[in-house]
Amino acid sequence: MNADSMSAADSSAFIRVHQRFVKAVFPEKNPKNFLAGYLNYHHLKLDGVSMSTSEEKAKEVDAGGDSGGFIILFFIVGFVASLIVGWVVFPKLLYCQKEQPISFSHAIHINEVEEGCESCHFFREDGTYSGVPKLEQCIDCHEEVQGESPDEEKFVNEYVTKGREVPWLIYSKQPDCVFFPHAAHVKAAEMDCVTCHGPIGESTTLKPYEENWITGYSRDLWGKNISGLKKNTWDRMKMDDCSECHIKNNVKQTSVQTKKGACFVCHK
Amino acid sequence: MKKEHKHKAKKYGMVINLDKCTGCGSCMVACMAENNVPFRADETDKLLSITWIQVYKLTNGKPFPNTEMCYLPRPCMHCEGSHGHSPCVSVCPATATDYSHETGIVSQIYTRCFGCRYCMAACPYHARYFNWWDPVWPEGMEKYLSPNVSPRMRGVVEKCSFCFHRYQLAMEKAHYEGKHEVEEGEYQTACTQACPAGAITFGDLNNSHHAVYKLKKNKNAFRLLEKLGTNPKVYYVSSREWVRRAGDNYLRDKEGNVIDKNRLRN
Repeated sequence: MNADSMSAADSSAFIRVHQRFVKAVFPEKNPKNFLAGYLNYHHLKLDGVSMSTSEEKAKEVDAGGDSGGFIILFFIVGFVASLIVGWVVFPKLLYCQKEQPISFSHAIHINEVEEGCESCHFFREDGTYSGVPKLEQCIDCHEEVQGESPDEEKFVNEYVTKGREVPWLIYSKQPDCVFFPHAAHVKAAEMDCVTCHGPIGESTTLKPYEENWITGYSRDLWGKNISGLKKNTWDRMKMDDCSECHIKNNVKQTSVQTKKGACFVCHK
Repeated sequence: MKKEHKHKAKKYGMVINLDKCTGCGSCMVACMAENNVPFRADETDKLLSITWIQVYKLTNGKPFPNTEMCYLPRPCMHCEGSHGHSPCVSVCPATATDYSHETGIVSQIYTRCFGCRYCMAACPYHARYFNWWDPVWPEGMEKYLSPNVSPRMRGVVEKCSFCFHRYQLAMEKAHYEGKHEVEEGEYQTACTQACPAGAITFGDLNNSHHAVYKLKKNKNAFRLLEKLGTNPKVYYVSSREWVRRAGDNYLRDKEGNVIDKNRLRN
């Protein structure tokens, strides 16, 4: 039975290989033994190539059912490993963490100002929103060092006295095809800042800015949760989140194609 | 949260007086600058040029001394079709172009478009253009681009939006001031404002207080290819009959012959 290979010119060699394969795979014509039989067959064939006739090998062949268990084990290990890569490692690789230039406490400032959030994050006269304050707004109080915080000292020495704007990293920066008017939400719809931004006013530090290596946008747009689930309004800032609230409140559901929100509401 | 106030649907449109148009091209220039329209170093092949508003030259085809000329600026017609089913919106497989019943403006979302160009084939006005290349701005010019209009990339279709970003900004200001509507003067397109002859009038065709409401009822007013049922929102006014006839290339002349389509070409 050894040295039975396809290289033989005799065409009956192929038939013999095939018959042996069928016999090895379906020893009792039971398809359940397919995997075990298939493995047996290859062991046998390997034996044939190496021309070994030792009985030890024959015993190994008999124990072929155990290697099926190994396959399942390897499959589970591989499956778990790929899950870990996909859910833990990949998101870490996809985003790079950046620290804000200055550590900033919203909690301290909210107690010092009179008009709440709008003291620093205000509307301009043309209705546009100022967003993150410029040096111009900070300089009223911070022309000289006020407290004992090393970050404040750094802010005054590095930026205020030199007249340089702080290169803040904007968590909520949207792609340039998106138009988001704060006035429509805060003034016309009378929404609170907290509804969308969460309790950011109570925070004492700024969280690290996570930038997507590929798109260059903040992780706050997609959200922290890699599965895309969210608990709070402020967990995510994707298009679905805009349309979810717009559908609920029947905001400009005037599209002919979708019967839902028209594109030219948030897009430009 | 307060619910959105219900208002009568708007239908923004234009009335272009062809008797006033001198063909100077100011509208084209203003549009290019306003909407970050890309251009190339060599613009000699006009089939590849992107012009959201295009000034066509019409002639009556008669020999001197009876030759007459007319210039016809052609933006996107923002066709309403029947109930908003304009030709391009109906064929778009990507929902990249859409018709809004709020403003009557046909939108084009560049990030949604995948460049199949069905809409270009469907548009009878050649108002849509394909970006065969990524835009290349002369050095330093990217700093002059408008931040209110998103620039396009290679492989997407673009067209006139009736300067929709101006409507967004006007609405933003109105909301800040506690209003829910914009005045006629607060939302005007760039071409309207640039026209030195005042040939273009822009406004809400449904609003009887807007100038276009009366102008479109002029007995000399017509629309391009009206017979196709595209229901465009750009009206033209001309006192010359041959110009009005040229507006629909299926119309017959006095002798009963179909008017030569080639006369529309420049």
